[in-house]
This record gives sequence, C-alpha cells and structure tokens, in this order.
Amino acid sequence: MIRALCLLLVLSWPGVAQAEDLVAGLSKSRISISANFDGSEILIFGAVKRAAPAPEGQIGLIVTVEGPKNPLVVRRKDKQANIWINSAGVQVDGAPSFYAVNTSGPIDEVLDEASDAAHRITVRKAIQSVGDPEDVADPSIFTDALIRIREEANLYQLNVGAVEVSDQTLFNTSVALPANLVEGAYTSRVFLTRGGAIVAEYASIIDVEKVGLERFLYVLAHDQPAVYGLLSLAIAIAAGWGASAVFRYIQS
Amino acid sequence: MQIYLPIAEISVNVFLLLGLGGLVGILSGMFGVGGGFLITPLLFFVGIPPAVAVATSANQIVASSFSGLLAHLRRKTVDLRMGVVLLIGGLVGAAFGIWIFNILREMGQVDLLVRLCYVVFLGAIGGLMFIESLNAILDTRAGTPPRRKHHTWIHALPFKMKFRTSGLYISVIPPAIVGLCVGVLAAIMGVGGGFIMVPAMIYLLGMPTKVVVGTSLFQIIFVTAFTTLLHAITNYTVDMLLAVFLLVGGVIGAQVGTRIGVRMKAEQLRILLALMVLLVCGKLAFDLLVEPSERFSIGTLEP
Repeated sequence: MIRALCLLLVLSWPGVAQAEDLVAGLSKSRISISANFDGSEILIFGAVKRAAPAPEGQIGLIVTVEGPKNPLVVRRKDKQANIWINSAGVQVDGAPSFYAVNTSGPIDEVLDEASDAAHRITVRKAIQSVGDPEDVADPSIFTDALIRIREEANLYQLNVGAVEVSDQTLFNTSVALPANLVEGAYTSRVFLTRGGAIVAEYASIIDVEKVGLERFLYVLAHDQPAVYGLLSLAIAIAAGWGASAVFRYIQS
Repeated sequence: MQIYLPIAEISVNVFLLLGLGGLVGILSGMFGVGGGFLITPLLFFVGIPPAVAVATSANQIVASSFSGLLAHLRRKTVDLRMGVVLLIGGLVGAAFGIWIFNILREMGQVDLLVRLCYVVFLGAIGGLMFIESLNAILDTRAGTPPRRKHHTWIHALPFKMKFRTSGLYISVIPPAIVGLCVGVLAAIMGVGGGFIMVPAMIYLLGMPTKVVVGTSLFQIIFVTAFTTLLHAITNYTVDMLLAVFLLVGGVIGAQVGTRIGVRMKAEQLRILLALMVLLVCGKLAFDLLVEPSERFSIGTLEP
C-alpha cells in the first residue's frame, strides 16, 4: 500500500517523473506598436534540464508563437450571371491572427499525430473547429484557403529546422513578427519531444499593444467615435484651408 | 520609411502614401475633380481594407474640396440656393447609402457592390464624356458653332424655384434627385461624386458652367463630411493618420496639376479625363469578369 502511494507520488511529481524539463526565456515580453513600427523579432532560447543521462529517442524542439484568436468568415467567389461574386462562406470560430511554428527538424519526425491533436501545435490544429455549414459540401477547402492566404501574407509560418539545438541541451530560435500585427496577448509555447511524444512544455505571454499616438487614436476612434470623426474633419478642413492660404501667399 | 496606421492596422510606406496623394492631387488639379474615384481603388491596391479605404477617402475629399470652395466663394461662383437643394438630397442619400453599405458588409458583398458601382458609373460617365469631347473637338475643327440647349421635360415639373446665381427657374425635384444619387454613391464608393454631379448639372439642369464646379464643391464638402462622420461612428473605419498623409501629398499635387491644366485646352483635358475614367472602369470590369487567381477571401466577424 505504502509502496503504491509512493509510486503514485513519484509519477505525479513533475520534476521527478519527467526525466527532462525545459527552462526557456524570451528576448522580450512586450512589443510596442509605435507609429514607425516595422515588424519585430523575438528570440526564444533555453536549455533542457535533466537529472539523468539523456534518454533514448530522437530529441525534438518545437517553438510556437500565436496571436489572439478571432472569429472570421472565409468566402469563395463563384461565377454567377457571368461575374465573379462571393457566394459560399464558412465561419471559423477562432483563427489566430498570427501563428509561427519553428521546429528543430521535419515536423513528422519531431511530433506525432496524437501530441499534435492534444496540444494543437500545427496551424491546422490551432484553427478552432469550423462550424458545420449546411450549404457547403467540403468545408476543409475553406480552412486550406485560410491557411494558404495567411501563409502568403507571412502571418502563418512553418520554419522547419529553425530551432538550433546544441549538445541536446541548449536551444535557440527567432520568430519574425510582420509589420501588420494585431494588438493583443500573444502566447509563446516551447515543446520538448522524444520520438515525437511531448515530454516537457513551457509557455509565456508576449503583450503586443499600440503606444503613443497609435494608442490615442485607436482608443479615441472606438470610445468617442463622434469626437474622433469631428476631429478628423477639423484636421481635414484646417489642412485644406492652410494649403490654400500658403499657396495664395506664395503667389502674391 | 514605414508608418503603422492605427485603424487600418497595417504598416505602409510614407512615401507611397504621399505619392498616391500627390498623383491624385495632380489629376484633380488638372481636371477639377475630387479624385475620390481614383484614390479608393488605389488604396485597395496598397492593401488598405476596403471599408477603411472608402471611409478615409471621404475624409480626404473634404480637405481637398475645401481649398477649392474657398477660391470659388471669393469669385462668387457658388449658387448657394442650388447647393442647399442638392445638399438636402445628398444628406438623405448618404444616410441611405451607409445603411445599404452596412447591410451588404454583413452579407460579405460590399466589395461587389463597390466594384459594380464603379464599373457602371465610371463606364457611363467616361463613355458619355469621351463622345461629347470628341464631338466638341471635331466641331471646333469643322468650324460649326456649339449647339444650343433645348427645353426638356425637366422644365415641366412642379415646385419651381428661382436660382438667381444660375439664372434658372426650375423645379426643385431634379436637383434634389441628383443630390440624392450623389449622396448614395458618396457613401458606398467613398467618392465626392463630382464626376457625376458636374455633367448632371450641365446637361440635366442646364446650369451655367462657371457656377457648376463651385456649387458641386459646396455640396460635396457637406455630403462627404457627413459620410465621414457616419463611417466613423458606425464602423470606426476612418484612419486619421492615413488621411493626413494623403492630404499632404494631395495639396502639393493639386498645385502642380492646376499649372499643367492651364496649359491645355478644355476639350483635350476632358478627353484625357474620359480615357482615364474608362481605363479604371475597364480594369475593375476585367477583375469581375475574369476568374480571380485567389477565389477565397477572409472577412472579419464581430466577436
């Protein structure tokens, strides 16, 4: 009985039950979008901590950075009455605005299907289930299209081999965030795998927010839309009047 | 030098925006049009979301029209009474246009509506203007005097009113309807509507050419200001930073354009403008008719 309890305790105690653990850090935990924001790069680095010699199985490291999830709709154009118009549409409950997966090796070698499904690691798993539309025969092509469009815009990235691992212990990688970032809390996750199965995990938050003028204008536009609208008009009229005054002065 | 636009949530090159504003400014200075019909499609091309492009170009038109209106007020070439009638129609039309815009936005068809409006109106106006200016050029060559205007059904309608500056005594119904149509278009297309209103005032209402531009500017400023406000309040899609950069380019471009315009003949200018309008129209029509390279698009939903 006591032996069984001890075994249970040992198994449930993370530090002991896992032969390996992760220590990781980020180069920054906050990204400010100022007026001259032109993308940013985050370094994610760390080490594998282990009490015993390295166990069997191919080591793998996967680093993900995920932007805030938003519901959206993917529409397909079809030819109706000779013109191409949006017809079929599929709603997606939540798709990350940004998603990068960096791996230390080919994705099917460092991650098995079951772990991927459980931790929603690859982009296809990270996109929250597409609701069942009645009028669309094959909703998966809409998810494919979503991924394809965002991959072209560099918003979804899969960087195979981008995580450098030295001596099975130290690792580092960098994720390039594009200029058209959306505000919100970004999650960075690091997974350590052995033979495709996850043995340790680390997660951290990166806050992305507008600052200064950007923040002021955005907040004003949403909280005081009437004031913001009037201010836009006032600036426009002042600029128009100012320009005409300046050019009349130059001409005279 | 990149700049992050707070409402469009996209980072773009400042010089690209200044250049766009400048290009449209040159054209508006040359031809006396607001340039909204060009700036909105150009903003789509840069990657600004369509809703932001439409709302922000309305704001930009207020600015570019304002300096023009001041000049016309000083020269007393604004028919204020006619302007007010057009304006009443315009405000009703703008409110109606915003309403249609929002319904179609929810249905995901706003893009189609905007493009269809552009194709139909640019095609019609561009075609008419091209034929008219071609005839004018041929007439001048042949030495025939310009044709006189005739009385039409327009003059038989009730609710007549005296418009002293224009020297007209006509019903208020046609100008109110012209104003209404322009208001709807201003809201949907993000344009001032000068390219529709100016021909309508000359050919439909028979107003003298010298008061047409000033009066249309008067109406355009109020209608586009109203649309800007409505877009800002209902959709939060006016990007002030984007508008400011377009403005700076536009103001400089307009001065250059005016100087080019002075050196050219009126018919030549009109035929060039007609060709440009038809070119934009042709490009948009082509996109509607030919299978797009990417058939899928992503739209946002309110969480």
